[in-house]
Amino acid sequence: MTIEGFTPVSALIGGALIGLAAAMLYAATGRIAGVSGIAGGLLRRSGDAPWRLLFLAGLMVGAALTALVAGAPSIRVETAWPVLVIAGLLVGYGTQLGSGCTSGHGVCGIARFSRRSIAATIVFMAAAALTVFIVRHAVGGA
Amino acid sequence: MLRLAATLGAGIVFGIGLVVSQMIDPGKVLAFLDITGKWDPSLALVMAGALAVAIPGFRLAAARKVPVFGGGFDQSRQRSIDGRLLSGAAVFGVGWGLVGFCPGPAIAALAFGRWEALLFVLAMLAGAWLFHLGRRRHAPVSA
Repeated sequence: MTIEGFTPVSALIGGALIGLAAAMLYAATGRIAGVSGIAGGLLRRSGDAPWRLLFLAGLMVGAALTALVAGAPSIRVETAWPVLVIAGLLVGYGTQLGSGCTSGHGVCGIARFSRRSIAATIVFMAAAALTVFIVRHAVGGA
Repeated sequence: MLRLAATLGAGIVFGIGLVVSQMIDPGKVLAFLDITGKWDPSLALVMAGALAVAIPGFRLAAARKVPVFGGGFDQSRQRSIDGRLLSGAAVFGVGWGLVGFCPGPAIAALAFGRWEALLFVLAMLAGAWLFHLGRRRHAPVSA
């Protein structure tokens, strides 16, 4: 194992902004900034689409605004389209079954010291790392 | 109205954070998950930064009786660490590790017109829809 590409300052600042956004949403509206839950609610047609759509639109607007100032970000996707589809299906299904994702469990849940979120985060981190290991080092790339 | 403006504002800050932290870049995420390879620990610091703000932020928020713009604080009805939580997390983790996209970054990446992000998001919505379809089949009384 070698360490490469470490960007500690932007990681901390970007992370702090994500944490701030989650705290802002909770303080202002009582809602959890878990993207899978917010998007899932749109599918379940829970009747409160406006705030959900606004938050998700905000993600895109914020990203675009940052690009205006700092240039378009690198977005490296090196997987074939069938893998993109399978990955999307798994992420969509798994986040609904597991009631959360990196923002919902990893940030909001852990911030509230939820044992469920701590457990979920450990499991999805391990599953993801194992998947990367198998794909990159055992199989040789997808 | 103010409630909706605050929601949009929170989304915007979140989106900025995703780009600044580079979490919008699947390559950056996979480099963190590639523990035995060329390892980039940055995602660990992204989480540390997020929690450093969110832990006190949530505590301050929860000290109020109601959110600033009214309504109530979301409370999870679930208490136990059950099979659904763990299997769902495992399935999500595999999907995340295959490409390096999770829901937030994938949606944010739509802003840059990337077809890969669009395909991923559509598949993600399909997967979520399939889950809820399955639930309705097995539980005819709507939840």
